[in-house]
Formats: sequence, structure tokens, C-alpha cells
Amino acid sequence: MRIKISHSITYAYDEPVRQLTQILRLTPRDHDGQHVMSWRIEPNIDGRLRAGQDPYGNIVHTFSADGSISGLSIRVDGVVETIDLAGAVRGALERVPPDVFRRDTLLTTPDEALRDFAVKATQADGAPLAKMHALTEALHDEMSCDRSGKRTGIGAAAAFTAREGIPQDLAHVFMTCARQLGLPARYVSGYVAASDALPLAEGAHAWAEVHLDDYGWIGFDCANGQCPTDTHVRIAAGLDFADAAPVRGARKGGSGENLAVSVTARVAGSQQTNQ
Amino acid sequence: MVAFDEMTGMGSELRPAYDALDRWLKEAPPEMLALRRSQAELFFRRIGITFAVYGDEESTERLIPFDIIPRVLTKPEWSKLEKGLRQRVTALNMFLADVYGPKECLKAGIIPPDLVYRNACYQLEMVDFQVPHGIYCHIAGIDIVRVDADTFYVLEDNARTPSGVSYMMENREVMLRLFPELFATHRVAPVDNYPDQLLATLRSVAPRSASADPNICLLTPGQYNSAFYEHSFLADKLGVELVEGSDLLVKDDVVYMRTTQGPKRVDVIYRRIDDEFIDPLVFRGDSVLGVPGIIGAYKAGNVTLANAVGTGVADDKAVYSYMPEIVKFFTGEEPILKNVPTWRCREPEANAYVLDNLEKLVVKEVNGSGGYGMLVGPHANKAQIETFRRKLKAQPEGFIAQPTLALSTCPTFVASGVAPRHVDLRPYVLSGANGISCVPGGLTRVALKEGSLVVNSSQGGGTKDTWVIDA
Repeated sequence: MRIKISHSITYAYDEPVRQLTQILRLTPRDHDGQHVMSWRIEPNIDGRLRAGQDPYGNIVHTFSADGSISGLSIRVDGVVETIDLAGAVRGALERVPPDVFRRDTLLTTPDEALRDFAVKATQADGAPLAKMHALTEALHDEMSCDRSGKRTGIGAAAAFTAREGIPQDLAHVFMTCARQLGLPARYVSGYVAASDALPLAEGAHAWAEVHLDDYGWIGFDCANGQCPTDTHVRIAAGLDFADAAPVRGARKGGSGENLAVSVTARVAGSQQTNQ
Repeated sequence: MVAFDEMTGMGSELRPAYDALDRWLKEAPPEMLALRRSQAELFFRRIGITFAVYGDEESTERLIPFDIIPRVLTKPEWSKLEKGLRQRVTALNMFLADVYGPKECLKAGIIPPDLVYRNACYQLEMVDFQVPHGIYCHIAGIDIVRVDADTFYVLEDNARTPSGVSYMMENREVMLRLFPELFATHRVAPVDNYPDQLLATLRSVAPRSASADPNICLLTPGQYNSAFYEHSFLADKLGVELVEGSDLLVKDDVVYMRTTQGPKRVDVIYRRIDDEFIDPLVFRGDSVLGVPGIIGAYKAGNVTLANAVGTGVADDKAVYSYMPEIVKFFTGEEPILKNVPTWRCREPEANAYVLDNLEKLVVKEVNGSGGYGMLVGPHANKAQIETFRRKLKAQPEGFIAQPTLALSTCPTFVASGVAPRHVDLRPYVLSGANGISCVPGGLTRVALKEGSLVVNSSQGGGTKDTWVIDA
């Protein structure tokens, strides 16, 4: 499937910023399930844009600018060809051993309720893969997902207590449970294209991946109650949202930051444009 | 529990190091001791040497009690300790270079890989990064306890941002003023060259691109940090600028300090901010204490951070239990300093033993420090023991346990007169491109409550001057 993505992130400041630095994890890499046909990142003001990678192998752009900055817009456009591998992530650049992803983080610290849930939701199933499918379904049933894009994440334990969260929270809850069961789990940020199966899912998205000895890394998307398919475009992975966030920034001066984000992720109409 | 006493051994002898001190103590009228103690307190108040205690709303800043009776070590005792400290810190630095580099010790099975990889202090940013001059832990504080005439144990390695060295220096200063007569009768090794040694260490690890006269600064989290006094004290003694995160800026991977003459390039940063807070672009994004971009500058080789980022993986209490093997693996020598026997609760048999013997053991959180998150079994009540029992069952890998050691005691001037109180010792070991150095002695901490084994200043401990004498 060919997916065309446009993502724009726009900041307006009530008072101008003197200096800003943004760390952008907004660029996909190739692996067996996806091939990047074209991709570009374009800030609308002058500055230095430098590409590198983080310890996990995610592509990171550092954008810094100074002067009197009253606004910044970053525009991302690209096309990715995807294949449905039932969630398996093969052929991806892996720079750190799976054991790293058994750490608890601030956003994935378990509480008593989560520990109990992790065990109860999975005890009927024997093999780890079956347990993870059971966990995905259980969380999909147990928690409601807010896709309005108007809220920010609150961390695994708080989201589970509320039985509600944005996709980021659901991924954190799932990861926390998987780690409690002794499995390495990581956070993935990406995009999902609307499809017949998931008509409401379009946009920036988050899910989780678990490392299983027999299979390697496998994705689980609790918000949609399934494994990622060819509608999913994988951008960055990390220990949690903070680690894989699309944008992290720091600025000097300025006040009253207003953020506007728009994302479209559409299945490209026809295949014959491939020439 | 009978403990070895630094002055009287097992109670019957007078150990030679304390000969003259004992005579002086016997002759000194109690009023004189009381007077000197209040003079000492006045002195500390005047210089403003305070310590913030977390979780104590009554007084956020307090004076650490100072005991006027020094703790004495003989030169031969110190020489052996110093050899052990050099060996230990050498091994710590080699271990860090290895886990962030070739990982030979993991391949050789010296330490379980998941202890490193799952450790939140193992900073992935540091993997395969060559730190300037290959040194990670420039300033180490190794906590030592003594159990008999010949046996010193390492209780804890502090490889992140160990504090307390200002007390070591101020304690000596106060003693010199109050008891000049004692220094006339004892040949006490000086400690006042510590700032010179620290400065030499910091200069030696400047990036190769820096000028011959590198610009050094001390980065503090600010005046609300418990050790802020020490930060300003050290900056003053070193003759370097004391800066907060907002005083530094990073441009094109170079760190600058704001000055009245404009930005000035910084080469070496003695940072007293924890890893997690040092760069909001890389670590905790909510940190307002750090410097955005400083990790980028560090990794570009344009600035040296002392200590390096990620040293916490070496002083973690679970890793600690493997230190004898780590010392042997990297130095090829038998460890000179022993470890306290340690049960790793992550091992089911060990945890079962610990759960059965909680009232006898000291249980510590693997990632705790400063005496927080610790259970001293023999001194705990039922409720505290049950709390730890629950924690150990829920998360065994978060804990280690050790026997309750009979820490040595030292005569201490308390309300009831001169009485033995338990002590430990924190020597400071400096590692630079110019080698390892260690001023004789260190900071002696004393548990002022009778029978107490907790020497941490946050838990009611005090300090003493530490003498290494030519006996």
C-alpha cells in the first residue's frame, strides 16, 4: 500500500523567541514492512537543520535558529510503500539490545492495579505471543481511546485508573504490562492511514512493540485492538513517548506558545504513478 | 552488638594512634570541650555551611552537627586503604569504559547483561562515545566502614556527584583554629591541597581542542539544592565560575558562559547536576535546571563533563555486589578492599533468605541513596518490616540486603560526655589524565544517636575531622 503523509506543526509566539532548538523525530527508516519513497522536512524560517541518529537508530533532525522569531512552521511531506507483515518488524536497524526495553520509565511505572491486570488478562494463554494478543484485546475492551488530538498523555498508571487515554497512553499501559510479564516492550510513534477497517484512525498515532524470542519485534496497537498492518507507518521507537517524541524543543525568550498541528495520511489513489 | 572501637580496640587496649589524644581528653575539663563545641558551631553558622534535608518541613536548611574529637588513622592504615581505593577507582573507570564500549565483562559473564541494560543509569547516549581522555569517574567518593583492626569494607561506591568534601575541608579548618595545641603534638597530613588537586584533575581532562588554559566552571542546580553551599565553596576554592544552567548556552555544539564581556567558551564543566536533569532535549524534558544542547556539545567533543554522563551504572547497589569480580577482571589483581557480603534479592533463594531474616538485615533500594529507602532490620518496628516485606515480594530486583555490620566506633562528645559512636569514612578519589590522587583521610561521618548505624546527614548524622598521622 502506498501512503502519502503531510504533517505540519506550527508554533506562534505572543512574544518573539530569541533562540530555539527543536529535536525532530519525524523521518521514517526502511525495514521489510515499509519502504520510504520520498520524504522531506522543511522549516519555514532560516536556521540550521542537521540530520543524525539517536541511540536507538531513529533519524533525528536538530533544527536551531536565533534572531527574533515570532513563529515557526515545520512541514513534513512524504510517501511510504508498506506491506502487511502482521505486525512483525524485520530488517529494521536495531542498535540496542532488547533487554534495555525492560526498564520502567516515568511514563511506564506500574502500580498494583496494572500488575494485577497484566497477569489476569494473560493467564489463560500459554505462549508469549498469545499472551500479547490477549493483552491487546483486553486493553482495547477495557480502555476507551480519545482520538480528538486535544489532550496530552498522562502516563500508564493514571490512564489505566481512568480507563481512558489517548493512543500514547494506551501504548504506555500495554508496555507497562508487557514489561511486568518480563518481556521487552518499546514505544513506537508513527502514522496511520484511514482504511475500510479503520475509518476513524487517520493521523499521527502511537503503538507498542514487544520482543519475543521466537519472532523478534512485533507491533501491537491497543487503540485499534490489532497488530499494525500496511496502514501503519513507523517513524521512531524508544523507551516511552518522551524518548521517541516527534518533537522536543527548548527556547530562550518568547512566551505564549500556541501550537497547531495538522496531519493527513492517505492511501495514494493508484499504483500506476510508480514510474 | 560489640563493635571495634577506633581508640580502644575491643575495649581493653589503648591503640597507639590515640595515645596523645587520650591523654588530652583525660586532661581536658568537660567545660572546655563544651565551650569549644559551641565555638565550632558558631564558626559553622558564620560561614553558613548548611545542608538541606528533604522531607523535613520544619527547617529546610540545618547545620550538620560537628564533633570536635577527631577520628585518627595511622599512616600504615591509610597507605593500605589508599592502595585499595586506587585499585577500586581504576576498576570503576575501566568497567565504565567497557560497558559503554566493547562490553568484554558482559561477554565474559562477569556480570549479568540485564543488570546493565535494564539499569536506568546506563545511558544509551554514551554507548560507543569516546569520553575525553578515557576517564568517566573523575571524582569518586568511596564509603568505607571498618569492622576490626585490619578489615575495611567498601559500603558503597559514589561515582555520580559525590558530596561532602567541603565538610572535610571545613572540619580541618575549624580544628586548626580551635585546637592548635593538638596539631602541635600530632603530625597530621594536610587536606587543604584538595582544591589544587581537583583543579589539576579537571584541567587535565579538557578536550584536546581546548587552549592550554582551559576555561572551567562548576554547574550547580542552584540554591535550593541540598549541597549548594558546597558548590559555591568549591567554585571559590577552585577559582572558577559557579554557574547555573541558565548561565550557559550552546551554539553550534559549543558551550558558552554568559559574562559581562559577552559569551566565553567553556571547556570543562564540573557538574553537580544529575544526568536526568542536565539536558532537557535529551533527558527529562521538564528539567529547567539543565542546559539545552549540552549533550550535543559533549558528544561533539567540545566540552568535558566531570563526572561523565552515565557513571551511575557503576555505583548501582546491584552492580556493587559484583565489584570484587569486576576489580579482578579489569586489574588482574585480588581486590584489596573487601565488599560487604550482599544478598541480591533478584535471586530467588537470596530473596527467600532475606524475607526470613528481615529483622536482622539491612535492606537497601538498588537505586536509593542518602539513607532514603533503607530498612535497618534490628532498629525497625513491625510496620516498617512489613512494608519492606511487601516491597521485596512485589519487586525483588529493586533491592539488596546486607548483614547489620558492627561499624567501628569512635569517641564522640555527646550530651552525656565522651562516648563511643559508630562512624564511617568517605575518602575522595580524583582521576585525571594525570593519574589518580587522593588526599589523606576524607570525611568521617558519625551516627550521633547511641547505637545508631545510620551516619547520613539527612538522618541525624554528624561529621568529624579525619586525621592521618605519622605514628
